[in-house]
Amino acid sequence: MSATTPAVSLPVDDQTKRRLDRGGKSEASTMAGRTKKRLSSRGATLGALVIAVLWTLPTLGLFISSFRPAGLVNTTGWWTIVQNPGFTFDNYVEVLGTGNSQLDLAGAFINSLAITIPATVFPLVIATLAAYAFAWIPFKGKNWLFIGVFALQIVPIQMALIPLLSLFSRGLNIGGVQIFDSLGSAGGYGQVWIAHTIFALPLAIFLLHAFVSEIPGEVIEAARVDGASHGQLFFRIVLPLSMPAIASFAIFQFIWVWNDLLVGLVFADGAAAPMTKLLAEIVGQRGQDWYLLTAGAFISILVPLVVFFSLQRYFVRGLLAGSTKG
Amino acid sequence: MASVTFDKATRLYPGSTKPAVDALDLSVADGEFLVLVGPSGCGKSTSLRMLAGLEEVNEGNILIGDRNVTDVPPKDRDIAMVFQNYALYPHMTVAENMGFALKIAGVNKDERATRVLEAAKLLDLEPYLGRKPKALSGGQRQRVAMGRAIVRQPQVFLMDEPLSNLDAKLRVQTRTQIASLQRRLGVTTVYVTHDQTEALTMGDRIAVLKDGVLQQVGTPRDLYEKPQNVFVAGFIGSPAMNLFEADIVDTGIAFGTAVAEVDRETLGTTSGRKATIGVRPEDLMVSADNRGLPVEVDLVEELGADGYLYGHTDVNGQRVDVVARVDGRNHPNAGDRVFITPEPKHIHVFDVESGLRLSKPITV
Repeated sequence: MSATTPAVSLPVDDQTKRRLDRGGKSEASTMAGRTKKRLSSRGATLGALVIAVLWTLPTLGLFISSFRPAGLVNTTGWWTIVQNPGFTFDNYVEVLGTGNSQLDLAGAFINSLAITIPATVFPLVIATLAAYAFAWIPFKGKNWLFIGVFALQIVPIQMALIPLLSLFSRGLNIGGVQIFDSLGSAGGYGQVWIAHTIFALPLAIFLLHAFVSEIPGEVIEAARVDGASHGQLFFRIVLPLSMPAIASFAIFQFIWVWNDLLVGLVFADGAAAPMTKLLAEIVGQRGQDWYLLTAGAFISILVPLVVFFSLQRYFVRGLLAGSTKG
Repeated sequence: MASVTFDKATRLYPGSTKPAVDALDLSVADGEFLVLVGPSGCGKSTSLRMLAGLEEVNEGNILIGDRNVTDVPPKDRDIAMVFQNYALYPHMTVAENMGFALKIAGVNKDERATRVLEAAKLLDLEPYLGRKPKALSGGQRQRVAMGRAIVRQPQVFLMDEPLSNLDAKLRVQTRTQIASLQRRLGVTTVYVTHDQTEALTMGDRIAVLKDGVLQQVGTPRDLYEKPQNVFVAGFIGSPAMNLFEADIVDTGIAFGTAVAEVDRETLGTTSGRKATIGVRPEDLMVSADNRGLPVEVDLVEELGADGYLYGHTDVNGQRVDVVARVDGRNHPNAGDRVFITPEPKHIHVFDVESGLRLSKPITV
């Protein structure tokens, strides 16, 4: 470099001179430039790669095991697949044929969908509306109410199970006045929908509020001046602009409910039980058939994968770009 | 079209003891272009937002036409607003942005398209109708924001420093465009800016605010020639008017070794033996006979045809900075000591204590 650059003394301060000597571009001095540089550096790429491999390894092991005969799974590890080759679809066949007196796997699959989809939609609808109200409608006691909602996250699910169950089975009775009747015994999906919705709301409201309140105030004001009512503001401005947040929360909630066993076990028993419950049963009373779980896990993982890949395109950055200056 | 009236409109932010806008009395005639101007924090934007309905009115009333809109929500006021940061809807195309208000109002699709196209033609936005705001330059975004207001054909346009995010050249260009567009459309417009040049060049009338209090309303010429108080005198005009306190003598006001002649009537109304004297830079002359205010020249700014002399002097032991317009070719140089006298008819006299104007209007 020194051979091509003539040695001239530029009238610049020391810092700039050093930067010029290093060949640093002015881009590197901006925040975005620095971040970009840091994120695309070789070390960072390598780090990301190592983490990705480490995180994927167990899944790979599970995948390989699911195609190995029961005997081999029980005696050798999946990483010895080369020394102990063996391939079979038996695990999948057995899992697909499993079931109890009330339910087979296909039925449980339908149950899982019937539980998960409403249990994702309900909290999202309520939380988006609540987030809009908390962010853009001034009313008395707003901050305290918001703190209250957020604080509810502290309550562990396990603590709420019994009171909720008793509420469902006895109804609500305040001072001798019956507010509503009992929902009857655990059957149908209603109870598990309500339970999942209740448990999801604090976090959903908090996350969506953080996003919705980031919409530039001037955009909201412009829409108000343009004649939009709260409803129009919500549906035409806030909802489309919040899609990335809604999509990411939808994915989280869907996967959480799909994989949930505890809430499903408590509130959706018998014929309404989700797939997780059936999968827990197939290992047998003493866990002797645990190798079947490998195949079960892969059947169960299919739906969350589809959801993830169909919604991930909403994770687009810069959706708000261009609304205001800069 | 409609007039706009502020009737003792007051805005007191919660938790504050001093109103942001204090009993504003102002009326804007139908079709008029009124500019609200003042330093930052003077309440000009707050006044505009009160008119838009985005800010509560704590006392007084606001009328659009004969209709009291004080408690009417923004959507029912039939106004259009252009925001400082444009506030375009990022998920909509330019055409959708401009047609949004009409869509909300339930105007049918065909008419909407016609009106959007009309406005787009007016603003040279036709090629961009299908684009999203993020694919536009700053100037184009600004025009879309204007277009969004025009399409509505509202009673009143409200503009909140719409040019402050443009570069200097584009700002001057857009300034004239907006002013001529407004005259063509004839829609009553309230325009907020902190830039007095913008105010002078665009407005039919200008209202100067300071600390939430209206200082003066008038045509640009009015404000320039007859500022009501020291604040307006110093705020309007660039470079600013020279203002300093001076002693009152028999025939006028002491101006260094000379006397600035002021009629007795004006002098009679002063409180005490001093007055604040104000002279615009173009009304100061370098005197030939060494009489007047002795000034040390610090710097001469050459602008081609003429130049500005920046200097300082002592008046009663106080350092006073002086700006005077001088000839571009033949002027004193930095370090020189010159004497300066005012143009006799162009002296503004203000009361020392109240800051109010004492001298009569200048007759040109």
